Amino acid sequence: MSIFKFFTRTRTAPVARDRLQILLAHERALSGRADLAAILREEILAVIAKHVAIDPGKVNVKLERGDHVSTLEVNVEMLDEAKAKAG
Amino acid sequence: MSKVMVVTSGKGGVGKTTSSASLGAALAQTGQNVVLIDFDVGLRNLDLVMGAERRVVFDLVNVVQGDAKLPQALIRDKRIETLSLLPASQTRDKDALTEEGVLGVINELRGKFDWIICDSPAGIEKGAQLAMRFADMAVVVTNPEVSSVRDSDRIIGMLDSKTLRAENGEHFEKHLLLTRYNAARAAKGEMLNVKDVLEILAIPLLGIVPESTDVLNASNLGCPVTLHNPESAAAKAYADAAKRLRGEMLEIVEPVEKKGLIGRLFGRKAALA
Repeated sequence: MSIFKFFTRTRTAPVARDRLQILLAHERALSGRADLAAILREEILAVIAKHVAIDPGKVNVKLERGDHVSTLEVNVEMLDEAKAKAG
Repeated sequence: MSKVMVVTSGKGGVGKTTSSASLGAALAQTGQNVVLIDFDVGLRNLDLVMGAERRVVFDLVNVVQGDAKLPQALIRDKRIETLSLLPASQTRDKDALTEEGVLGVINELRGKFDWIICDSPAGIEKGAQLAMRFADMAVVVTNPEVSSVRDSDRIIGMLDSKTLRAENGEHFEKHLLLTRYNAARAAKGEMLNVKDVLEILAIPLLGIVPESTDVLNASNLGCPVTLHNPESAAAKAYADAAKRLRGEMLEIVEPVEKKGLIGRLFGRKAALA
């Protein structure tokens, strides 16, 4: 340990406290609807499936939270029409 | 009037079982009739910490499923006569428990004991939910460490929504028991301090149990620390917490770092050892 480090010991607890406070504020707001991504996925798929043949296994839903904007990304792979008819 | 108290935490390994045993023993040492129920079906350990592992014949699952009567399954502690244990099953899984079955057992115990202490399994699944379901109050065991605090927050949310009391719109009493507290590390800013944890979790503090070899030794011997080494700081912390549970207003003193001469000279190395 260098002399410099010896005298300026890093205090990590305040960082831990701040990270927890931010995280928990977020999680508490979401409690009860923690499965938001799953719920959205199911409902969006139901609507799409009404009109287009889709493979439920090939759907990707991503929820990304930013400081200012949150984005929801839904990727649906459509079945080949011919294959869908044959299947 | 009997109290059903769940000892819970979300995270594993923070000291639920040790705290259940120690609080239970401390309450029983003041003359209260106490029963400890191990809800960790499949991974029971309260019997071991209580030194009763060789006396288990029937367990909670046997009683819930009607294979044994409650008095047959209860193990009376050999050291404190007002302390009993209802062990978990080691061979079954948590699906063997039903809500009605657990309610039946708790109602039967209410007639016989002052305190029914439910030692919850880790996690937030069925086992943990059943342990808290019929409780009147909770002790949330937390270590001053980020993952433990986060999981405790989650468990507090569940206590306020998934317990029968909460569902009936009643207030659910919760107490924070801070365990494995290392005053030296907190003072150096290496570990969350009492104020940090209290500010984040915002439930009343029941006690602070210092990190201590006395607790480990007590578990090794199968004897709650309040009985094995009543003069130790950890035992006093549990004994005081038990008095607070009974309504005594005792001031909570934050543990301070105690250093001998060697410790003062080589404090940093000693803390690492």
